[in-house]
Amino acid sequence: MPLDTSLVRKQFKVIGTRVRRPDGIDKVTGRAKYGADAFAPGQLIGLVLRSPHAHARIKKIDISKAEKLQGVKAVITAADLPDLTGGDRGMRDILENCMARSKALYDGHAVAAVAAVDAHTAKQALKLIKIDYEVLPHVTDVDEALKPGAPLIHDDIFTDGIEPKPTKPSNFCKLAEYGHGDVEAGFKEADFVIEKSYKTEQTHQGYIEPHACLANVSPDGVAELWVTTQGPFVYRNHCAALLGLDANKLRVTASEIGGGFGGKTHVWAEPLALALSRKANRPVKLTMTRDEVFRATGPTSSASIDVKVGVKKDGTVTAAFAELRYQNGAFPFTWAEFGAMTAFACYDFKNVKTVSRDAVVNRPKCAAYRAPSAPIAAFAVESTMDMAAKAIGMDPIDFRIKNAAREGTKSSYGPVFGPIGIGPTLEAAKKHAHWNAPLGENQGRGMACGFWFNFGGQTCVDLNVTPDGSVTVALGTIDVGGSRASMALAVAEELGVAYEQVRCVVADTSSLGHNDMTDGSRGTFSSSMAAVDAARKAIHTMRERAAKIWEIPLDEVEWIDGQAKAVGEKHGNKAPLSIKEIAAQAANTGGPIAGHSEIVADGAGVSFATHICDAEVDPETGRTSIKRYTVIQDAGKAMHPSYVEGQYQGGAAQGIGWALNEEYIYGKDGRLQNAGFLDYRIPVCSDLPFIDTQILEIPNPNHPYGVRGVGETSIVPPLGAIGNAISNAAGVRLNHVPMSPPRVLKAIKDAR
Amino acid sequence: MSVKVSTTINGDAVDFVCQPDEPLLDVLRNRLGLTGAKEGCGTGDCGACSVILDGRLVCSCLVLGVEMEGKKLETVEGLADGPKLHPLQQQFIDGAALQCGICTPGFLIAAKALLDKNPDPSEEEIRFGLAGNLCRCTGYDKIVRAVQAAAKEMRGA
Repeated sequence: MPLDTSLVRKQFKVIGTRVRRPDGIDKVTGRAKYGADAFAPGQLIGLVLRSPHAHARIKKIDISKAEKLQGVKAVITAADLPDLTGGDRGMRDILENCMARSKALYDGHAVAAVAAVDAHTAKQALKLIKIDYEVLPHVTDVDEALKPGAPLIHDDIFTDGIEPKPTKPSNFCKLAEYGHGDVEAGFKEADFVIEKSYKTEQTHQGYIEPHACLANVSPDGVAELWVTTQGPFVYRNHCAALLGLDANKLRVTASEIGGGFGGKTHVWAEPLALALSRKANRPVKLTMTRDEVFRATGPTSSASIDVKVGVKKDGTVTAAFAELRYQNGAFPFTWAEFGAMTAFACYDFKNVKTVSRDAVVNRPKCAAYRAPSAPIAAFAVESTMDMAAKAIGMDPIDFRIKNAAREGTKSSYGPVFGPIGIGPTLEAAKKHAHWNAPLGENQGRGMACGFWFNFGGQTCVDLNVTPDGSVTVALGTIDVGGSRASMALAVAEELGVAYEQVRCVVADTSSLGHNDMTDGSRGTFSSSMAAVDAARKAIHTMRERAAKIWEIPLDEVEWIDGQAKAVGEKHGNKAPLSIKEIAAQAANTGGPIAGHSEIVADGAGVSFATHICDAEVDPETGRTSIKRYTVIQDAGKAMHPSYVEGQYQGGAAQGIGWALNEEYIYGKDGRLQNAGFLDYRIPVCSDLPFIDTQILEIPNPNHPYGVRGVGETSIVPPLGAIGNAISNAAGVRLNHVPMSPPRVLKAIKDAR
Repeated sequence: MSVKVSTTINGDAVDFVCQPDEPLLDVLRNRLGLTGAKEGCGTGDCGACSVILDGRLVCSCLVLGVEMEGKKLETVEGLADGPKLHPLQQQFIDGAALQCGICTPGFLIAAKALLDKNPDPSEEEIRFGLAGNLCRCTGYDKIVRAVQAAAKEMRGA
């Protein structure tokens, strides 16, 4: 019985209510267990030794002294992690990122690890490991890395996407192009052509919980891993493959997760903890320091972008072009390509083209960061769009409405859009009180739009009716912001019972089928789809049981308001059977009652947002403060509006931090200079105003309740919206993010 | 060489031994099983390990365990009165003021320290009172509102 994903629900009973989350009390009392909160009998403490060099050949590692230190139970290097990847480049890169092999590729790259009876001993042991490095020339800037003669990170990268394939290796890992029409012809039709180049610096997801795990490997190959992760099943698969363990013997349990934003979608030190545990035959707890999190885990790309937009006096965009160059850190990926796909996705342009150049550099491997790559591209595009609107004297919202994508638009990255929210968010912005409110001295208002694809993916849910008629639900997507509440709402809605009657848990990898990573704003979209499917299957079973109890045909039993009801003239007078009554008789009617769902959740609806921002720029210092901020975004259907608002507000706050403050600062020696929250300053409470939200609901036709992912799009517009607000406040156009006080002040002085 | 320390935590007399250079946070988490305080940075920048020491809000990663001798400590584990949640705890749940929740114990403690001294803070006073605590999920909006609601409730207003 395939899931009917067509949108049928118009009136909801519990979907859309602001219920209390099931994990709330644990999280306000300190009882919730996160990655670092687990303890095992006999556990050791694991620590990682990291390269101080941006690029260096590892000539020799001497661990003999460390191994002899009293209390040290295991020391590992790459030699303890033999390459079992069998020619799979992606897996080999993951292995090499977890532990450097012949070369250290960035400041912070792991080169060895120890497990000892306590942290003090482990720290001493790290100091006893002697490594003979040959320091190599390095490169950390994307444009420098792409130049001929740049220090070569890998000798086996031959640019993908160029025919014929280059014969010389380079740092240029992938070329891609998107678009349609004829941009050259389009630019000739334009009254104005706006061209500008932009740079954005590297930022980190900045989750407050550092990576942490507790690994326990037995000599018979049975293993357990407790870990903070966005994807326990993917961690299971990767760790098992890298260590040569059987996937069925490695049980991964996701702890409560203290933020991820994409950064906990990759394994980092987890394979090292497992390897240490295997070598020591003891449980090993490994927790990263904040310094390690910054130096060695998933920042997003820094980038360099050129944009060109041609516009007619009536506001028609005749052509748009962008070249996007992103660095991926030390390992190849397609972050620039994501930028190229998203750059112009908000718009319906006749002639549009984007070119992406992905590069590797001597920086940590980039990971997804909330709508990865899109905010960077949107900063460049939305700044240029604002300049185009100014050039023709048109209101920036009207200009975007005129060019906005709509249902049926062939997107700049290929697919044709279904019903979408970009037009409605722009119309709502225009009508919003914020857009028309007065401004103070040195203040300016800006707006910008944003797009994200959203994702579905492999998803699995188990629903079980307990003997007392209450319901348990096991989920395979993790809960980072209230999704257990949303899934319980979906099941309660479908079964027709109270929210409190449904309890959701996140299952471990031995208790549920494979689930893809909880990324791409897919958690609520895909797991609610599977939860609805599982609930419908349980309802079918309960109708069967009722039919058996009543000894009537199945088609004379309907499920109405959480009860089985006999219908028709013959049996319609029977008293309905509640879930509790049906469950109580399960032993005599066929056994336990359950519903299972295993799906690929296709049809994640694309997501759009429009943001409005008021910025005040101090002309003496160049400091920008955000005075008012409004997020308008399409949610498809907001299952739990409070948590949808939370996603909108959180994404906006991260975007504000990125726009104004946050950046990785590398010295000439290729070392990260600000690997801590003091010098890498994320927004604090006193930096921000209340963040207003407006939820639009343009239903996703591919989800039974119309849900779209909401988690990521909110970080896409802020960089552009703030750049545009600064331009209006201070009369200077910033083309380099973060728009920190020194950069803004320099722009003001240069303009004088 | 370990040091024996006698102190009071959440109203209970507690004895522990620790190393002279051992942070209070490590004592709480690793020796006393009080893992409500979290380590987000270990450098006093994130506030996730906030505790109230003799009435003063501190980062427990910046205090040594040996400094606890004869002191009174309040941690998130002591906020609720039996099964009755503190108004701040209840307002954080009701107002969806937490997403991932890792910063929540620190915010609750910082907010309590603020309201202990200033029962009727302005929005600005709340924002500056909580400026030592980092939250990456919420944008602080619902946190400020939850503290406002709890303050109002506690004043009986």
